[in-house]
Amino acid sequence: MATLTSKTPEPYTPSPAAAVSESLKRKLFSLQSYSQLVGDAVAKIFTAPHYPEDVLEQMDAIGVGSLPIILLTGFFIGGVMVLNTAAQFQRFGETALTGDTVAIALVRELGPTIAGLLVTGRNGSGIASELGSMVVTEQVDAMRALGTDPVRKLVVPRLIATILVLPLLTAVADLVGLIGGYIVAHFTLGLSAVEFWNRAVHALAFGDLFMGLAKPFVFAIIIATVACYYGLRTRGGTQGVGRATTTAVVVASVAILVSDFFLGKLLLYWFV
Amino acid sequence: MSTQPTGHIVPGEPLIRFEDVSIAFDEGDVLRGVSFEVVAGETKVILGESGSGKTVLLKLAAGLLRPETGRVVVMGHDLTEMNEVELLDFRRRIGFVFQEGALFDSLNVAENVSFRLDEESVPAEETEPRVREALRFVEMEDSYDKFPDELSGGMRRRVSIARALIDQPPIVYYDSPTGGLDPITSQTIITLILRLRDLNGVTSLLATHRLQDAFGLANFLFDSKSSHVVPVWEERNGRHSSPTNFLVLRDAKVYFQGETQELLKSSDPYLREFLS
Repeated sequence: MATLTSKTPEPYTPSPAAAVSESLKRKLFSLQSYSQLVGDAVAKIFTAPHYPEDVLEQMDAIGVGSLPIILLTGFFIGGVMVLNTAAQFQRFGETALTGDTVAIALVRELGPTIAGLLVTGRNGSGIASELGSMVVTEQVDAMRALGTDPVRKLVVPRLIATILVLPLLTAVADLVGLIGGYIVAHFTLGLSAVEFWNRAVHALAFGDLFMGLAKPFVFAIIIATVACYYGLRTRGGTQGVGRATTTAVVVASVAILVSDFFLGKLLLYWFV
Repeated sequence: MSTQPTGHIVPGEPLIRFEDVSIAFDEGDVLRGVSFEVVAGETKVILGESGSGKTVLLKLAAGLLRPETGRVVVMGHDLTEMNEVELLDFRRRIGFVFQEGALFDSLNVAENVSFRLDEESVPAEETEPRVREALRFVEMEDSYDKFPDELSGGMRRRVSIARALIDQPPIVYYDSPTGGLDPITSQTIITLILRLRDLNGVTSLLATHRLQDAFGLANFLFDSKSSHVVPVWEERNGRHSSPTNFLVLRDAKVYFQGETQELLKSSDPYLREFLS
């Protein structure tokens, strides 16, 4: 009934404490709505109706569309790692360890993180702006008015597609990163293919591979749900779409890096 | 679109009922204590300045928004008591024409119109003739394969009407259906709304701030024999009536509610100014 009270006649300036409390309340409310969306979307993965065509379309947009940048950046990340570590290994006469280092760093850490951040920049922004545009042009309301659940039709296919595709993109990034690392190791340290690949493959244990695939699984949930959340709560016309897109990319990127630390800690505790 | 509309209609009962409905957003009250009824076959024109809450009222009537207080009862369903799944099911039985058409821009005209049928997994051989029939009704059959960005504002609005009508709903809500359109295109849209009201018996809420549209609905009827729009007084042998009445919103409240003549004869300064 608060809405029925009369308006305050004089302009109201909140005290700093009230402003902080209001801001905290809004943040908590956002967190609550985000959690509700994630719970709702995850629950709807397992119940009909499903939209397999939309999932395939999104997998094409996210997976095939992101492949060129994943190939390019993965290759150079692997190469630059060897460039930076080669001098140190040479000082200690342990150049053979290059394969181990590149493999572990790429599979455990760099592959998932780089793939996650690239997909956030490329597809997270795309999802947030697409859904945001649909909200401001009332297409989402039109969908609801036609009896279709926007979470099922828009969020779930993007979530499933990102979950399926990001681990694959990460595996590709790991592979081309190792190829990049090998090429640089060959030309700067004179390592042979046998020396590099033998060490690289043997350095990896089950825990490393598990970590390398568990992380993109979590990152995929973060990217898809954060982008959909900010897209669907867009307000304020085209300016609002821009704001939603920026916020989605920033929040998802930060969330990926923060969760990467805690996931790393947890998985290292389990497996190493 | 000749078949009779379907739905849960109790003769004599109002099809749409608002009981003391209030809603507020961050900016303040949008609607306060709004009550009205719409009986079957009637068109209620919601008049008001921009930002007076017309769109919000329509969205409440479709269950797209929930009121903070009060009840919204449509076709015997209390929308305020229903969960989102029940509301999705309910909305499949009403039509909603949005302000700018709100067509899905990634789908072509036919896919937009067949959206509801596709969602219900209606077989393609049944869908196509129904989509063509709906597009023929709004005289847009030639645009079957076009995408929304290839259409003018008026054409988008017509496709939006076809999409809302595909399942022949007994109730259609129109949100500023002629906003931003030229007078000739506006007249085409109004004629479509008249045909739906007078031939199919569709009950509707129509939000607008354009008086010429409002009085176009109040003063004209669609004559099924001649397939033309005729003035009310000609059709009804001098009796000045049509199944259209008015509701004027001002400062989040219902300012006026009544028949065309009551509105025209009102001496209230605000209404006089609004109508001038």
